[in-house]
Amino acid sequence: MSTATTQPIATGTWKIDTIHSHVGFAVKHMVVSTFRGRFEDYAGSLSAGEDGTPRLEGSVDVDSIVVKDENLAAHLKSPDFFDSASHPRISFVSEDLTVAEDGALEVEGELTIKGHTHRVTARGSVSGPHVDIAGSDKLGVELEAVIDRREFGLEWNAPLPKGGFALDNDVKLQVSLELVKEA
Amino acid sequence: MRILGLVGSLRHDSYNAQLLAGARGLLPAEAELVLFDRLAEIPPFNEDEELSTPPAVAALKAAIARADAVLVATPEYNASIPGVLKNALDWVSRPIAETPLRGKPAAVVGASTGLFGAVWAQAETRKVLSTIGARVVDRELPIGQADEALDANGLPREPEALQELSAMLDELLDLTRPQELAA
Repeated sequence: MSTATTQPIATGTWKIDTIHSHVGFAVKHMVVSTFRGRFEDYAGSLSAGEDGTPRLEGSVDVDSIVVKDENLAAHLKSPDFFDSASHPRISFVSEDLTVAEDGALEVEGELTIKGHTHRVTARGSVSGPHVDIAGSDKLGVELEAVIDRREFGLEWNAPLPKGGFALDNDVKLQVSLELVKEA
Repeated sequence: MRILGLVGSLRHDSYNAQLLAGARGLLPAEAELVLFDRLAEIPPFNEDEELSTPPAVAALKAAIARADAVLVATPEYNASIPGVLKNALDWVSRPIAETPLRGKPAAVVGASTGLFGAVWAQAETRKVLSTIGARVVDRELPIGQADEALDANGLPREPEALQELSAMLDELLDLTRPQELAA
């Protein structure tokens, strides 16, 4: 936990600009290789009330998952993994958000995947506000968190013939957001 | 020295056929790799017809008998051996006392467009070959995401995978050489 003086998020509501954002994940497979995926459809906002309490929240459409192999995408939507038919959305809502003077960001909150809710801590940075070429106020937010997928009911795995397992349990969530201030 | 190549995929642009082409390029001058390309002609194995030997089965048995070693490249269907390959090996295994695979050096590699590079199909192919009586190299070469992992010559782009393919071929060639008797 940073001990630096904290700075507030500017009052108002900042919506995710999905054209310029990325919501993805990375997980090791075959012990040494890394596999990455992302979600195309998501929405969220960062808001700060008059009392300065910031809140980051958002949700993701599981069926919008994008991976290189379409057979894998189908497997990821199945009950072995996300079970998107029964649990179509992943959601996150922050409970504690701290911005250090240098822009370091730490967010604690409740992440819900496949009906399982757990508290996670994400770390990263916030930059801006910055006025873009169209005259909009924008904030940049980068966050990463590592979760154990089994805690969220994504338990599929298979032993490899020569030892170890096909898929790591730790999954890195990687979020890169551009947020635009609502008028 | 003659190595017989078997490809477990019938697909025209098979990545496993490409991988065998790559392996051919790594062989020393005294070794040649000959592909058996008639797996599609082999009928479903039927014990009632075991002794009638369909022409394509006879050709495969003769090709194995003429070869000093067998190199199998297999994709993976539903976490296992493609039926066409297993069917061919079942034919070749009969009659058990006469199978040309008995004592034959063999190695298995595999490529798939998925994450796991046919690792389980390779393990099961090694098991089947060992059961039939082949002397099987105890190595695996799972080439995942083969559409990107193989270069235009069919060789793995990753140095570690290329090294493993070379090591596997070295070991296969070693098995074809007369073994020195212990003093």
